[in-house]
Formats: sequence, C-alpha cells, structure tokens
Amino acid sequence: MNDLARYERRRRIMYGWMLLSPALILLSLFAFIPSAMTFWSSLFSRGTRRNPSEFVGAGNYELLFADPTFSKVVVNNLIYAGVTIPVSIIIALAMALWANSKIPARGFVRTAFFTPTILPMIAAANIWLFFYTPGLGVLDQIGALFGFGSVNWLGRPETALWAVIIVTIWKEAGFFMIFYLAALQTIPPDLKEAADIEGASRWTYTRRIVLPLLMPTTIFVAVNALINSVKLIDHLFILTKGGPSDASKLVLYYIWELAFSYFDRPQAAALTVMVLLVLGITAAIKFIILDRRTHYQ
Amino acid sequence: MSDAVKSGQATHYVMAPKRSFRPRLTLALDTLGAWTLAIVWIAPLLFAVWAAFHSTSDAVNFNLAGAWTLDNFRTAWDGAPWLRYFFNTFLLVTVVLAGQLVVTTLAGYAFAQFQFPGRDVLFIIVLLQLFILPEVLIVENYVMVSRLGMFDTVFGIGTPYWASAFGIFLMRQAFKSVPKELDEAARIEGCSWFGVLWRVYVPSAKPTYLAYALVSVSTHWNNFLWPLIVTNSETTRPLTVGLSLFGAPESGVNISVISAATIMSIAPLLIAFLLFQRQFVQAFLRAGIK
Repeated sequence: MNDLARYERRRRIMYGWMLLSPALILLSLFAFIPSAMTFWSSLFSRGTRRNPSEFVGAGNYELLFADPTFSKVVVNNLIYAGVTIPVSIIIALAMALWANSKIPARGFVRTAFFTPTILPMIAAANIWLFFYTPGLGVLDQIGALFGFGSVNWLGRPETALWAVIIVTIWKEAGFFMIFYLAALQTIPPDLKEAADIEGASRWTYTRRIVLPLLMPTTIFVAVNALINSVKLIDHLFILTKGGPSDASKLVLYYIWELAFSYFDRPQAAALTVMVLLVLGITAAIKFIILDRRTHYQ
Repeated sequence: MSDAVKSGQATHYVMAPKRSFRPRLTLALDTLGAWTLAIVWIAPLLFAVWAAFHSTSDAVNFNLAGAWTLDNFRTAWDGAPWLRYFFNTFLLVTVVLAGQLVVTTLAGYAFAQFQFPGRDVLFIIVLLQLFILPEVLIVENYVMVSRLGMFDTVFGIGTPYWASAFGIFLMRQAFKSVPKELDEAARIEGCSWFGVLWRVYVPSAKPTYLAYALVSVSTHWNNFLWPLIVTNSETTRPLTVGLSLFGAPESGVNISVISAATIMSIAPLLIAFLLFQRQFVQAFLRAGIK
C-alpha cells in the first residue's frame, strides 16, 4: 500500500513536469535565454572585421551614458509615460462614469470609446497622419477657421512628441475604460442611496466612495499603462520615425534603431538590460507591495 | 426616499418644481459631456472612412457634397499584394492561437491540479514573463529565431508567443474553479489524466477559452514590431507590416488611398467587433481582471 502511494506520487510529479515542459522550453527559448544573452552581449564590444569583439565590462553602458541620444530618448520616454499614464487614466475614468450613467444613446457612446482599442497601432497612425499633415491636415484646417497659421505638427521638435502622445491616449483610454466600467458595476447601489440620505453631493460621493473603491482597478490600469509606455511605439514608424532630430524618439524605438539600422547590437543590448531592470522593479513593486495591499478585494 | 428629504443645502429646494431640476440638469450635462467625448473619439475613424470613399481633393477640402467613389480602394488594392497579406495574417493568428491553446492548457492544468515540488517557484518564474515583454527582447529573439532556422516564416513570428504567461495564468484560474468531485468521478470511471483534462476541464473552461481567443486574435492581428523584424518577404509579411510599407511617405501614396488601404485592412476585425461587441468587451474584461 505504501509502495502504491509512493508510486502514485511519483507518477503525478512526472506528469506535472511533462505537462509543463512545452511551456518551460518555449519560455526558456524566447524569454529567459534571450534575457541572459542580452546581458552577456552587453558586456562585449561591437566586433568589426579589424577588431574582433572583446570583453569590455561596463564599457557599453559608459558609452550609452555618454550618448546624447540616450539621454534624449530617456527624457522623451519619461515625458511619454508621465503624460500618457495619468491622462489616459483620467479620461478612462470619465468615460466609465459616463458610460455607466443613464444617458441616452449609451450604447453608441460605449462603442465610440472602445473602438480605437481594436485598431492596429499602424492603422491608428495612418488615420492620425491625416489630421497632422501640414496645410492639408484636419487640425490645420480647423486652425485656419480660427485664423491660426499652418503648423507642421509632426515636423517640429516642440510638437512631435505631443502628437505621438495624443495618438497613444486615443488608443488606450477606451481599453482602460472597460475595467473601470466593470468595477463600477460591482459597487452596491445601497451606497449611493445611503450617500443620498446623508445629503452627500455627487462630487463627494464620487470622491469619497467611488474613487477609493476603484483603487485596485486604478493600480491594475496604471501598471498596464506603464507597460504600454514602454511597448507602444508602432505609430512612431508611421508618424515621425523618432524625428525631427530625436524629438519624439522613445527607448524601444531606439533599441530597434541601434540593432537593425546601425547594427550596433552591444549598445542595443545594454539599453535592453536597462529596460528589463525597470520592468523588473515594476514587477517587484506590483507583486510584493501592491498585491499584498489589495488583498481585501 | 425623495430628494426633498435631502438634508443640508437640499432643504433650500423644498419647493416642488425645483426638486427635479438638479438631477435633470446633471443628466443634461452628463449627456453633453459624454456625447462630445464620444464624437471626438470616433471622429478620426469616421473621417478616415469618409476620406476613403472620396477623391483626395474632396477629402482635403472637406467637400461634403463630393461624389462617393471606390477608386481609392481600386488603387490601393492594385498597389500591394493585399490578398496575400490577409492570408498571412489569417495564418499567423491561427498558428499563434493554436499553439497558445495547447501550451497554456497543459501548463495551466499542471499548475492548477498537480502537486509537485517546485511548482510554486515555477509559477512565479512563469509570471515573470508578464514583465519580460517579447517586444523588449527583439534583438536576442531575432538571433534565436534565426538560429532555429525560422527567420521569415510564420512560425518565426508565432512561436515566441506560444508560452504566454498570461494565458497560463488564465487557464490555471479557470481550471482551479472546477470542483474536485468531477475530477475524481471521471478518474473512477477510468479516465486517464488526458481524458480528465479533455472531458472535464476543457469543456468547463469554455468561456475562458473564448475570451482568450478573442484577445489573442485581436492582439496578433494588430501586432507590428516583431513581425516587422522577422519577416522580409511578401510570402510571410502580415497586414500591419504590409500596410506600413504601403503608407510609407517614400512611396508617395496620397491620403485618400492610404485611408482606403487602412480601412480595408481593419475592416474584418472592425466588423467582427461591431457584430460581437458584447463578447469582445466581456473577453477583454475576463482576460484583464484576474
């Protein structure tokens, strides 16, 4: 009997590993080994025909810190994250509150908010290109009605990054809305009634009751928005290509450019390692601190 | 509970006619705000649709009376091998989804129903992949895919997404909610582990599969950066990459034609979305909220 139990246990262990093996092999091939290789190749110099690649330690990182484009893309990405995260959260929240209230044509309103979410970023960029084109574009035509001159939104360093930011917000706000909408629908109606009896204004009710109850959703959405601010760069390929003079270049686009336009893999690797570090810290904060605090949900 | 009972400032409104005034005003303001934002949000898309059906000069001059035409679609269609791109994208999302379903089902099942040492550590390692985005590892994944001889193939684009940590997580959650009794009953009936998985777990997780499939298909239909890197021929290039090449300023295509090409390539997903909107939204929700 004891032998049978032990046999059964061993069989289950074997099955467990067997079931997991495809996932583990694939994750190793396309996530863990590449991560390790990224770190490894960031420690070697770029090999040329005359100078074979050699170990340089932190050399690539030093080069990167000395590279003015690097600081430019980091600052750009911080602005990109710093604007897109809070603005899309606020718009998503407003959308959800409206889409949840008893307004006429609510179905249309919800569809309008959500539709950009299912478009490819490339298509979104093509659509917005029409808006930004100098002279002929929609924005300029609207501006002309009010007597403003033509502005090259995508071609000027002061406006290019903002043009990119607007497309990102347009694309992601509707997606975040549905999470708020779902959370709003779980708030028990008695809370609203109680607040009404107490004479609380709508604003007080929203600020003191709704917003705190939506906190876990906000954290979830914020983490997603943060990840998006690293990976949503497809529209750069259509709208600005990172220009003019790097004014709208973001970190991931620069990684792509370093690796596939300048063929400087070690520099790309060093930059990738830094992005992975930032993502790792985010993951740690999310798992260790936030998940523990939001247990009550 | 009527509005008149409201304490505080509400006592000023004890007079009957004013009672319903404030809620009605708020509703009017809400409606105004919501409609304005909705129109602003959908306008770019509507405008692109409108422009796609008009000549460039009508489109840029906002000539609302301009004649409707299909010429832009004709020009766009002749400008690139769209049928091939559609087929490639279709094949890509199928390959990605099929692989994901197999891999995540097996792994999710193992994490949900098998006890073995090291399982929890492994689960955390899998979850790590949620943050090691495939998008960030483009350089080394490109090396890996080339080394495996999968450069410029549909499997080169697809396989890195098969072991989706997110999918594994979803399946684990779905399988965990299956009552143990069902599992045991099936075993007593003589089902093998695979039989139990196939007859008990998979059918009970149908809504999760549907949700995951919708999210996966729309993600990979829209994916761009990775396919751009690992394809270099017409025979594998998906729609998004084809569209970006077609719309490149260097190719000198005009704005109405670009709009037509854009509308064309988003049409299948957009129509599917408009028809099955509820399912789409539910799917994204189910997939997002853990």
